[in-house]
Amino acid sequence: MKWLIRGGRVIDPKHQVDDLMDIYIYQGKILDLQPIPAKRPSKGLSDFRVIPAEGLVVTPGLIDIHTHLREPGFEYKETILTGTQAAVAGGFTAVACMANTLPVNDNQSVTEYILKKAKEARLARVLPIGAISIGLKGETLAEIGELKSAGVVALSDDGHPVSNSQLMRRALEYAKGFELPIISHCEDLTLSRSGVINEGTVSTWLGLYGIPSAAEEIMIFRDIQLCQMTQSPVHIAHVSTAGAVQLIREAKKKGLPVTAETAPHYFSLTEEAVIGFDTQAKMNPPLRTKDDLLAIQKGLKDGTIDVIASDHAPHNTLEKEVEFEQAAMGIIGLETALPLTLGLVHKGILTLPQAVAKLTEGPARVLNLKHYGHLQKACPANLTVLDPDLEFQIDIHSFRSKSKNSPFHGWKVKGKALLTMVEGRIVFNQLTSIPE
Amino acid sequence: MNFNRHHLLGMKGLTKEEIETILTTAESLKEISFRDIKKVPTLRGKTVVNFFHEPSTRTRTSFEIAAKRLSADTVSLSASTSSLVKGETLVDTARNLESMNPDIIVIRHSMAGAPHLLSRMIKASILNAGDGMHEHPTQALLDLMTIREKKGPIEGLKVAIIGDIAHSRVARSNIIGLKTMGAQVTVAGPPTMIPLFIETMGVEVTSSLSEAIIWADVIMMLRVQLERQKQMLFPSLREYSRFFGLNLENLKKAKRDVIIMHPGPINRGVEIQSEVADGPYSVILDQVTNGVAVRMALLYLLLGGKKSEMAD
Repeated sequence: MKWLIRGGRVIDPKHQVDDLMDIYIYQGKILDLQPIPAKRPSKGLSDFRVIPAEGLVVTPGLIDIHTHLREPGFEYKETILTGTQAAVAGGFTAVACMANTLPVNDNQSVTEYILKKAKEARLARVLPIGAISIGLKGETLAEIGELKSAGVVALSDDGHPVSNSQLMRRALEYAKGFELPIISHCEDLTLSRSGVINEGTVSTWLGLYGIPSAAEEIMIFRDIQLCQMTQSPVHIAHVSTAGAVQLIREAKKKGLPVTAETAPHYFSLTEEAVIGFDTQAKMNPPLRTKDDLLAIQKGLKDGTIDVIASDHAPHNTLEKEVEFEQAAMGIIGLETALPLTLGLVHKGILTLPQAVAKLTEGPARVLNLKHYGHLQKACPANLTVLDPDLEFQIDIHSFRSKSKNSPFHGWKVKGKALLTMVEGRIVFNQLTSIPE
Repeated sequence: MNFNRHHLLGMKGLTKEEIETILTTAESLKEISFRDIKKVPTLRGKTVVNFFHEPSTRTRTSFEIAAKRLSADTVSLSASTSSLVKGETLVDTARNLESMNPDIIVIRHSMAGAPHLLSRMIKASILNAGDGMHEHPTQALLDLMTIREKKGPIEGLKVAIIGDIAHSRVARSNIIGLKTMGAQVTVAGPPTMIPLFIETMGVEVTSSLSEAIIWADVIMMLRVQLERQKQMLFPSLREYSRFFGLNLENLKKAKRDVIIMHPGPINRGVEIQSEVADGPYSVILDQVTNGVAVRMALLYLLLGGKKSEMAD
């Protein structure tokens, strides 16, 4: 199939492109990118099917660096099929999935299984993340070389912080030899244990055990020091506190290979969302304060935070419609990440190219994905066509995800993916003008 | 009369007028408990389910007696006799109860917010009888009733709440209720037991027991639980008792008309010396008596009672 994505505003942060362009696609790859000509040649174009993108924005396919697809093991929450359906509906062409499946993705069989399922689904690219330690137990290194050969793009014990500093150090050193970044879930469990929300005003009023900001920051500090010692890249997952942003800012100033992500809920909601014991606002790290939210926004603006990740964490109603303390941590985000990120553009906090970078160039850089996150001749045709000004109301019932645990139900937002293309195939399409 | 609520989930959100209404109603119902025939027909035909998901003697008995004195039919469930031990979820258990059309479900639960969860799921009135570390509104109301009875108007009174504030639903509900009624509140205890940002509830904080004792018109002691020692909140009960326990010696510094309260069950010799608990300043048993009256008032008000129907 040959495609012409015609006349859209093409934003490619990596190449600092922000122009009205035509993109030609052939055999799953980008054939050419051209500034809109005064007059398009009619000759030779007839076999290109046109995607009219006038008035819309065309970006490199969005990449989610932090997703839980739950398969194998928790197919009642999400499968690779439903998760990637949600991904492409949210504009994502690639998702990196965390290793906390059952069995854990700590060996090549699980990695291969995930990749096989992803291939069958034929939607978004799935980029498996391997476990740092066997069984996420934080005791023994997983067979990292084998995981790399099987296709993992990074390592993480996400959900289970690596408490043992020696193990973290060795993981950083060893993974460096295989050019795998380590994604660190930073949490000092001795401080956070039994906590269910941010330790602060709301936890005091509601009588819930708190998770102090220090629990996150202490571990970030440790990982920064280990990064300095080993010079191995560390990517800090789901940054939620002002102190964390500051630690990362200083580490970057020193030139350390530290990168960081945050998730839309940390710049859209505060701990006050929990008032009334709403389990949809329960996550780890927890929603913090207004000051933290503002610091996250600032960190995104000044480049301290490289990536916006969904931290898509599907849970069944059974796991949320229970007593607050028993409710599962986490929310889904693949279908809300883009509009919430664009919310920062509408508020004037980020420029549109900056926002796009957090979802394309940023994650591709962290994961060393050479052909992803930007638009160039001969690269796979992974693209997202979006309307940054389209207003709509978030409705959990319209989600493709198998789970519906979102605190954003009913929110009026602005900005939506209308077409998602993976390797030249249209995998999601709400542009009525294009024939399927 | 100013009370138009379907649920009572906490002291938070209650207005001064609503609290006044509850207290006044309780004061008028109190005398029923002192009659020969301790029963009025007010709630005849109403069904009250006491759903106690956490052990409780005093509160549960108090609710049962309150309901019975108003002629309601009562059923009591505890965690060990309910299906919860068979793995049924709280919501399912409640929906099943709901299908039997009770008028009120009184719930005690070890986890904060459980009554709020139920109130979103079912139609019956939910009355919070204590949820985790969150709130215990009927305790706060019976405390307010006792204070008003012993000390007159609550506005302007100085109330010291002493002990494990962080883990206490009694403290939270009392702070909210007392502040709503215009009292001054100081909390005292080891700093490990004073939660962060407690001042946002409008209280003063001190770690000096004697400072609080000297200042207070009302001293409210809280129960300290031994398990908190394992959470590294204090070194030993011996040390706790020495620095934060109320005894005849440090009570000498108190005002001559001070009253001493405790929500029970008391740890004699730990947070309160026996001679103090049983002494002339103690109103601990009056609190229990008023508990029945307050719970009668709430059952009555939540079931939409009208003053005119109150004639026995």
